[in-house]
Amino acid sequence: MADLHFLANPARFRRFSQRVLPGLGFATVLMLAVGVYMAFFVAPQDYQQGNTVRIMFVHVPSAWLSMGGYAMLAVLGASLLVWRHPLAALMARAAAPVGASFAAVCLLTGSLWGRPMWGTYWVWDARLTSMLLLFFLYLGHIALSRAYDSPERGDRAAAILALIGVINLPIIKFSVDWWNTLHQPASITRLDAPAIHNSILVPLLWMAVSLLFLFVWLVLLRTETEIDRRRLENAEAAS
Amino acid sequence: MTPKRRRLWLLLGSLTTLGVAAALVLTALNDNLVFFYSPTQVAEKSLGPERRFRLGGLVEEGSVQKEGQIVRFTITDTNKTLKVVYRGILPDLFREGQGVIAEGSLGPDGVFAAREILAKHDENYMPPEVAKALKESGQWKDKK
Repeated sequence: MADLHFLANPARFRRFSQRVLPGLGFATVLMLAVGVYMAFFVAPQDYQQGNTVRIMFVHVPSAWLSMGGYAMLAVLGASLLVWRHPLAALMARAAAPVGASFAAVCLLTGSLWGRPMWGTYWVWDARLTSMLLLFFLYLGHIALSRAYDSPERGDRAAAILALIGVINLPIIKFSVDWWNTLHQPASITRLDAPAIHNSILVPLLWMAVSLLFLFVWLVLLRTETEIDRRRLENAEAAS
Repeated sequence: MTPKRRRLWLLLGSLTTLGVAAALVLTALNDNLVFFYSPTQVAEKSLGPERRFRLGGLVEEGSVQKEGQIVRFTITDTNKTLKVVYRGILPDLFREGQGVIAEGSLGPDGVFAAREILAKHDENYMPPEVAKALKESGQWKDKK
């Protein structure tokens, strides 16, 4: 992997993102279109769940991205607190609402899937509860980063929350193994072969990559906006 | 030590402490974090009729009897079994050999009176043709 250190400088980041954004946006739209087509028309029904299995193509990637997004907030938080990285705080502000949206999508689609399959929209088992906590941690991060008059203090407070909340990520991941839950255990991220037939696995992974593109695109775009916003605020404060 | 170094160690130290604390709390609460008890655990705990809890396991093959709205079946964890009675609509995935979770309490006759039945599904996904082919060739994995 190339050295990404040059991105720490906001001006250089901006030149980089402006070069990547158009192509990335185009690729995202194209990949999502193909992914949605695969999810609805190419993937077969499941032997037990019939058509409702198609909810998985949105539900599972959203879960991965909301957890990956939170891990990213933690890394950015550490870069801000330890190395005083100039861009880390702005990127965390940009990423938190995107991650929160994916967490919300995961919870909503899971609920809609649970009703026909399990017989309930919601139960308080370890997996569902820890996932709801992740959503609240995101909301806390967003609120805390805007809670102070000086944006820098908000950045710091939010970074500390991101680092505390990172403890929840292994709890979400292993909740289905450590305790018995209504939610079934992992199908893909396990030591032996995935428990999903290729005809369903390929559209799922395709959707996961498409939504990852969407995530990166949104975060880069929003980071640019945050850079502009911070510049304006500093200019206003100086004048 | 440079300030950066100091901040890094402070961060790593706090995170480790927090992680250990979280692990201790979760271990202590272990019994409250499980969503259901298996028939074996129910037998060990000797739960009384006044106590509401969730019972989980597989619906024993050939045990389902329906009389109108009342369903009687047996839940097994392949070690111990428990009879269940339920009145109401069953979820679509409810069938013999399927994992289910019943919420209710033990009756004086030792039969578990369920007020709600939830179906568990496993982590396997495949098209119906593949499931059929696996069953015919005898490679169908037995569910736990």
